[in-house]
Amino acid sequence: MLAYIIRRLLYAVPILVGVNVLTFALFFVVNSPDQMALVQLGDKHIDPQAVEQWKVQRGYDKPLFINDRDDSQGLLTDTIFFDKSMRLFVLDFGKSDEGRAIGDDIQQRMWPSLAVALPTFIVGLTVNIAFALFVVMFRASLFDTAAMVACVVLMSISGVFYVFAGQYFFAKTWNLVPISGYLAGIDAVRFLILPVIIGVISGIGGGTRLYRTLFLEEANKDYVRTARAKGVPELTVLFRHILPNGLIPILTSVVVVIPSLFMGSLLTESFFGIPGLGSYTLDAIQAQDFAIVRSMVFLGSVLYIIGLILTDISYTLVDPRVRLS
Amino acid sequence: MLAVQPVVLLSDLLIFALVAALILFFVQLARDPLARGRWRSVFVSRIGSAAFLVILFYVLMALLDSLHYREPLPAIATSGSVAEPASETMTEPVVHYSQEVKSVLDAVLAGLHGQDETTYSEPFSIYSFARENQTSDDGNVVRAFPRLAHAGSHLQEGDSVAADVWQRSLKSVLTGVAIMAALVILHWQWRLRCTAQGCGLKSDDMGAVLPWKTIYITLGVLVVGACWVLELGQYYHILGTDKVGQDVLYQGLKAIRTGVLIGTLATLLTLPLAILLGISAGYFRGWVDDLVQYVYTTLSSIPGILLIAASVLLIDVYIETHPEQFQLTTERADFKFLALCFILGMTSWTGLCRLLRAETLKVSQLDYVQAARAFGVRHGRIIGRHILPNVTHLILIALVLDFSGFVLAEAVLSYIGVGVDPSMASWGNMINEARAELSREPVVWWSVAAAFVLMFILVLAANLFADKVRDAFDPRSAG
Amino acid sequence: MSLLTVRDLTIELPALVNARQAQRQPMVNGISFSIDAGEILALVGESGSGKSLTALAILRLLPDTLSITGGVIELAGDNLFERTERQMNAVRGYRAAMIFQEPQSALNPVQTLLQQIGEVLVLHKGLTGAALKTAVINLLEEVGIPDPRQRLSWYPHQLSGGQKQRVMIAMALACEPELLVADEPTTALDVTIQKQILDLLNQIRRARKLGVLLITHDMGVVSEMADRVAVMRHGEILEYRPGDEFFVSPQHEYSRQLIHSLPRRDFRQPLTTPEPLLTVEGLKVWFPQRHGVLQRVVGHTRAVDGVSFQIHKGETLALVGESGSGKSTVGRAILALEPLYAGCITFDGQRIDQLSQAEFRAYRKRIQVIFQDPFSSMNPRMTIREILAEGMISLGLADDHQQREAKLQTLLLRVGMAVEHLDRYPHEFSGGQRQRIAIARAIAVEPDLIICDEPTSALDVSIRGQVLALLQELQQEMGLSYLFITHDLSIIPHLAHRVAVMSQGVLVEQGECASVMNQPQDSYTQALLAAAPVICTGL
Repeated sequence: MLAYIIRRLLYAVPILVGVNVLTFALFFVVNSPDQMALVQLGDKHIDPQAVEQWKVQRGYDKPLFINDRDDSQGLLTDTIFFDKSMRLFVLDFGKSDEGRAIGDDIQQRMWPSLAVALPTFIVGLTVNIAFALFVVMFRASLFDTAAMVACVVLMSISGVFYVFAGQYFFAKTWNLVPISGYLAGIDAVRFLILPVIIGVISGIGGGTRLYRTLFLEEANKDYVRTARAKGVPELTVLFRHILPNGLIPILTSVVVVIPSLFMGSLLTESFFGIPGLGSYTLDAIQAQDFAIVRSMVFLGSVLYIIGLILTDISYTLVDPRVRLS
Repeated sequence: MLAVQPVVLLSDLLIFALVAALILFFVQLARDPLARGRWRSVFVSRIGSAAFLVILFYVLMALLDSLHYREPLPAIATSGSVAEPASETMTEPVVHYSQEVKSVLDAVLAGLHGQDETTYSEPFSIYSFARENQTSDDGNVVRAFPRLAHAGSHLQEGDSVAADVWQRSLKSVLTGVAIMAALVILHWQWRLRCTAQGCGLKSDDMGAVLPWKTIYITLGVLVVGACWVLELGQYYHILGTDKVGQDVLYQGLKAIRTGVLIGTLATLLTLPLAILLGISAGYFRGWVDDLVQYVYTTLSSIPGILLIAASVLLIDVYIETHPEQFQLTTERADFKFLALCFILGMTSWTGLCRLLRAETLKVSQLDYVQAARAFGVRHGRIIGRHILPNVTHLILIALVLDFSGFVLAEAVLSYIGVGVDPSMASWGNMINEARAELSREPVVWWSVAAAFVLMFILVLAANLFADKVRDAFDPRSAG
Repeated sequence: MSLLTVRDLTIELPALVNARQAQRQPMVNGISFSIDAGEILALVGESGSGKSLTALAILRLLPDTLSITGGVIELAGDNLFERTERQMNAVRGYRAAMIFQEPQSALNPVQTLLQQIGEVLVLHKGLTGAALKTAVINLLEEVGIPDPRQRLSWYPHQLSGGQKQRVMIAMALACEPELLVADEPTTALDVTIQKQILDLLNQIRRARKLGVLLITHDMGVVSEMADRVAVMRHGEILEYRPGDEFFVSPQHEYSRQLIHSLPRRDFRQPLTTPEPLLTVEGLKVWFPQRHGVLQRVVGHTRAVDGVSFQIHKGETLALVGESGSGKSTVGRAILALEPLYAGCITFDGQRIDQLSQAEFRAYRKRIQVIFQDPFSSMNPRMTIREILAEGMISLGLADDHQQREAKLQTLLLRVGMAVEHLDRYPHEFSGGQRQRIAIARAIAVEPDLIICDEPTSALDVSIRGQVLALLQELQQEMGLSYLFITHDLSIIPHLAHRVAVMSQGVLVEQGECASVMNQPQDSYTQALLAAAPVICTGL
């Protein structure tokens, strides 16, 4: 088990290096450090010296990937890529191009993100599983068909529409909650209700349908017939036999996103003006602040890989058949 | 001399290539008895047939909207006086073409297009939505809702708008029903003759089982709807006008091309990588598998929307720094649009790749692949003849499922400012523009509503169709 | 009064399920039988005969798509069809219990043995706590699970196939039912395990006066177990008689066919002038086991561990073993589909185990294979013509189109199919027909040796005989050699010249057919032979 986790962690290193190479390559294909400096300094005073100074200050004065001026030692290490990405591995995010400490920003902004993402995740999962189970209880009936049609309809509605409708009715017409914004502390609840509700509702269609399929797959297995042959009542069959088996693929498939909850949701946060990591990233993209984008991409990848490892571990916890090797 | 100058955008070429490829694909499928049987079960279901017709209607609109041309400007008679005399050899007058690129759809919707008002107006309203200073007959300046320039201009003062609308609606609906009835009778006759002559086993094979009633009804609704829009669109803004006075319905219909294209192109761009890498990984295993797994784990570990947003902004930078490559606005928008499709495709092939890898691992263990290997059949041929045909169902299911996902994604991306070019008609842009007006009192709802409804119909049809396709092709799908 | 009485039972596929099928399809058509306490009734039939549906109908466990449209089932005079679903639950598991074919999937994978067996006792007897535990331990002991106390907290995947079926039986017996419905209880098991399970069933029904409905397709099992026999085909019972009478003088033609489909026990004589074709020496196929952070190879799974044998020209060597013995791996290794760990394979005087893929191509046309499952051995998307021609094209035989076409036609006719079948697809054929096509595919390249990997075990008994006969005819005509991999001892005597018995990766015994089968030397061979059910026809 331990050996397995260590091996997976080691395997993560080349993946993270790959992620960094990709972000760097993508960013510098069309952008050069000079252009970055111009954007950051504002186009008006195009002073070559100021550009040069900006680059030196932020460490963009070196070659990108390969330093052929340097013989042997610094060929790969004395480059922007090595400088910037190696620090990330020890979670030193450095400073944004505007000069703020990214690490501090992240620590500060991940809590609002989590405050939205975690309740949405938990409530959404519970609601979806409950609905799916309810539909499976009445499988192959008119209710089942109607519920599935409703799910497809819900799935076909754009997520943006839910946000629009939610903000219009809950916030504007009925004045129940603020349209958008965020306050720290207990006041946050008022601002969180709407995003969470919208997040849950927009996921119901797809979630319920998927989980219903998983439960139905279990319901058609032989051991369910065995349980019926034992004289177990239908409802008990559902809760004691189908549910635990159906939950295995569901739980293990959602584990991967749990670490990423810290990252928040780019969309929800920008729709509702929540100062979390999602909107942080989006702002950075729009301001072309490469340091922040790079850090967020790296953080996202790390959390995703942790999620993958957690998924494997969760299998051993919920499924007695699985052993890691 | 041509009356108009055809303009061929890159995306136009792609969409027609795509349609050709799809037709070829279906012809190919007709050979395969298993696939034919499955497709039949898709079309036998009422929902499957109806959804397919609706999608077809959207695709048709997109195709019409992909035949682009530039109209000649009226020849300027006095042009010779200033600069032209030098070129005396030119006997023919030089024809200048408009900067505005039109499509066949514009011609069809001529009644809707080019009748711009000055600002917002409500659906079927003949008055503007915003008050303006008006000088009344007695010379006083009053703030009132002015009459619209085009909508309802045929009406006299005091005529009832409702009565006129009803009257015209009735007329157009009757026209639509008549057209539809003619079609149905013609088709009925043709089918009768077909069965009488027994022509072609195939036609009665399929014709007997198709849910004709549903098909007629769906088609009827589409035809009647089209008639109604074409008739009333000439006199009113059916869905109102937007901030700069453009007809909302026209915009919404123009956005169909964007939606349909983004769905198909992005989906198809995912295919080559996913198929090539997924099947190679599953078939060859070993280091190929390790490499492919590495690549897709790396790609999928980057939050998808981040990657898309970053890439789109880079495209913007590229366009800004290379203005010389894009002479027409349309060309620039088209380039950005294709880039967006490409990016969407590149960031979403990993899911299908993973599925294909797993399925190939399974299929390549089956006895018939082992038998082929025992016959010394070469790898390329085994993949082509044995593996690929037996994983096609996965590709197909992914194809139809992804389509609706991409259509929805376009709206979201435009909303956060990394979607298609603002000059391009798209549902995302319509929603995005309306976003600012949400706080306005009374609410300007029609723009958003039009975008949502048109998008919803397409996505719903695609989802229902995808459902049927999956039921027919996925052995695992239950109930 | 009988324990169980079934009268005019009819099960149909409702017409509404499929719009194109206007008529209702009877799956079981008005059958009647009865079982007394302590009696075993064997319901025999081939696949699709409706025997399993009958079994499910007794406990009213049919899938929703099927419905019982007529008849009465009485358990000790009590009409089961008149009960509500709730009342029916009081019968299931308490008065009538059922065991299924696949113990692998019939047990809940995430519940412990205590939970699964205990559930019945809690439900019907209200046992809890220590009493429940003791009851379960006693049950496990009764069905012969060693260390029952420790195994209470085990999960099904920790048990072997035979043990799982024992657990199923324990679960069925928990409330001491009057009737046990056993649906092919031993089909998924190896023959030695089958013997144990059948013995257990026999012993329990005597001890408990249990009425048993035994569903099976295996005439050997019927002959050993049944007090009475009902033969079923196409949803109807053709013959219904006491067991001993049935085997001595079967009345119906189909019954006779079923009984005589079992090959006779006369032995094939060994070849007079053996000429070696394939020699396998010290063959080892090991799969590496990796472990630890660096995935170092720490050991090997020894699938085949030092196997040597020889096949002569025109000879059939039967390679017998139970599942997991490594017998199929031997076949795959000879075909170069599996890498060798050690050993040497010589074919017609040439070493072939060290050849590259390209060099081995020359031998591909000389060594061919027929697989077990006729449904997965042919690409469903290719026509029969494409399937048959694939090997010929790949190996460069019959490049000329017309020549090839002529050959394809001859081949199909030779294996008893028609020329017009060439343009059809595999799914249009039955299992037996597909296996004929698979044979045609193998002989299309005119091989010297065919590796037959359980070619008949997926087929019904009546078809099995025909396919085996075809193989023998072809051997005579073309001078083929067969390596016949099988777990089915009953077909060996008439088929093979020599027999090799394999267990856990090694050959425990080999020799001429008659001597191995009549005077087995190795204890494993002896056990295997003793376990195989035989028919006492009294003739």
